[in-house]
Amino acid sequence: MSTATMGFSRGHVEVLMFLRDRTAVIFTFAFPAMLLLLFGTIFGDQYTDAGVSASNVFSASMIAYGILSTAFVTMGAGLAMDREDGTLKRLHGTPITATSYVLGKLILVFALSVAEVILLVGVGALVFDMPLPDASHWLTFTWLFLLSVITCSLLGMAVSGIVKHARTAGAILNVPVVALQFISGVFIYPVTQLPSWLINVAAIFPVKWMAQGFRYVFLPDVMKDQEPAGQWELGRIALVLGAWCVIGLVLCLLTFRWSRDK
Amino acid sequence: MTDDAVQVRDVVVRYGDTTAVHGVSLTVPRGRVLSLLGHNGAGKTSLLQVCEGFRRADGGQVRVLGLDPMDDHDELMPRLGIMLQSGGVYPWATAGEILRLFASFAAQPLDVDMLLDRLGLRRFERTRFRRLSGGEQQRLSLAIALVGRPELVFLDEPTAGMDTEARHTTWELIEELRADGVSVLLTTHLLDEAERLADEVVIMRNGLVAATGTPAELTAAAGIDLLEVRAEPGLVPGDRLSPLKVTETSPGEYAVTGALDAATIAEVLGWFAGVGATVTSLNTRRRTLEDVYLALTKAEAYR
Repeated sequence: MSTATMGFSRGHVEVLMFLRDRTAVIFTFAFPAMLLLLFGTIFGDQYTDAGVSASNVFSASMIAYGILSTAFVTMGAGLAMDREDGTLKRLHGTPITATSYVLGKLILVFALSVAEVILLVGVGALVFDMPLPDASHWLTFTWLFLLSVITCSLLGMAVSGIVKHARTAGAILNVPVVALQFISGVFIYPVTQLPSWLINVAAIFPVKWMAQGFRYVFLPDVMKDQEPAGQWELGRIALVLGAWCVIGLVLCLLTFRWSRDK
Repeated sequence: MTDDAVQVRDVVVRYGDTTAVHGVSLTVPRGRVLSLLGHNGAGKTSLLQVCEGFRRADGGQVRVLGLDPMDDHDELMPRLGIMLQSGGVYPWATAGEILRLFASFAAQPLDVDMLLDRLGLRRFERTRFRRLSGGEQQRLSLAIALVGRPELVFLDEPTAGMDTEARHTTWELIEELRADGVSVLLTTHLLDEAERLADEVVIMRNGLVAATGTPAELTAAAGIDLLEVRAEPGLVPGDRLSPLKVTETSPGEYAVTGALDAATIAEVLGWFAGVGATVTSLNTRRRTLEDVYLALTKAEAYR
């Protein structure tokens, strides 16, 4: 049986599992959409000089949060849970390889992330009248989305290694998520309100670049004036996310364990 | 290397400062059933974990189907069936989905429907794992271990929590596995289980092998240890039959204990004949595996 086939049958069960666990569905999935509705409504009547509403800016930036939630948190917490309840151990006693295990999880993460993005873009477009971009922007969206999901998943897996108890996984994983979102300007608009040293700190981590990229995709080109660098920096986005992808992969390979005891 | 299914040599397992297994050696020949007996904490599961490739031994060597369970993990796993004591099944999946998932990992899985029927799981096919009772989860766990047509199965307390019927079905399944040439290494607390299934029993105590042999060998060493005679009440042999001990447990029922070989039994019967007794019933009891086990492990149990 090939790694891919095993990965797919596991992915199928992973998705089933997720959908049946209502708490997980609501918290991972609906939470970013709820925040978008709140932020968008509270700041909805503020307009930029270019005539773009703040709610549109939030709709774009919040996609980065959506992916963090579905990829980083779901992957990290899921792995910690599988390790704690012995699922990983039991799977280790079958012909399944680590690669097909991770493939199964990635299938879940991709399915969730696609659905999450559709939900957020849907809220942005239908509730806050965010105009949908043209084809060339969707092309950028595709690589940005893939790179973001993979980076977040790998980092989630790596962080799960330091989670001692699955119970606390959600709390631990959400610390970097919330902190990085504030300093990366997902919740703060415009980003340039932040002290410049904080922006420099945020620039080390992937979230700032993800949010910036999604703003490029969904906002008019004039909005680049609101970015810290005054431009979209697509090349740099790809570079930073790519680098984090490699860092995440290395960390995963170094820290992956099949069971808790060692 | 030899062709044995499992070969364990001087294996040591430590958890921090605690040593769970202090140098155990055992061999499971191909197509045989070996049962590891012992109290909780005797080191059975730790030893099994090493054989299953879940952890590396802290000393000694292990070969499973001629391979190293850690280094040759991916090559070995398709040939093994592993039944863990608990945990590790998706709680929100149904019994049927779980078994099909594990079947999908195997190159030539057994027919899932057949297994569901055999283990009485058909009724629970659409029941989610977390709603199954302990015994039902256990049966599913066994099905997971067997679904890949393994050459060798490791069963950690396979019938724990099962009802009598499920236990007997499980025993039949294990006997069928053996008949098909599958090798089995199982741990158990249950003496009747070991006696019925095992070609060889290894009794572990405090991480060491306390005794090893076939069930017959382990019990035969002690021979007959009780002779029951039924005759007229009130017969008192005095010390005529010493050093044997004769007690009248109830009127007309005599229990004779001591070193009972053929000559002493003849002597006992000779005495009854000599006093003109009418012996209406005669029973001998040999030591059971349970007696051997208790004698070997008693000191530890009450420590």
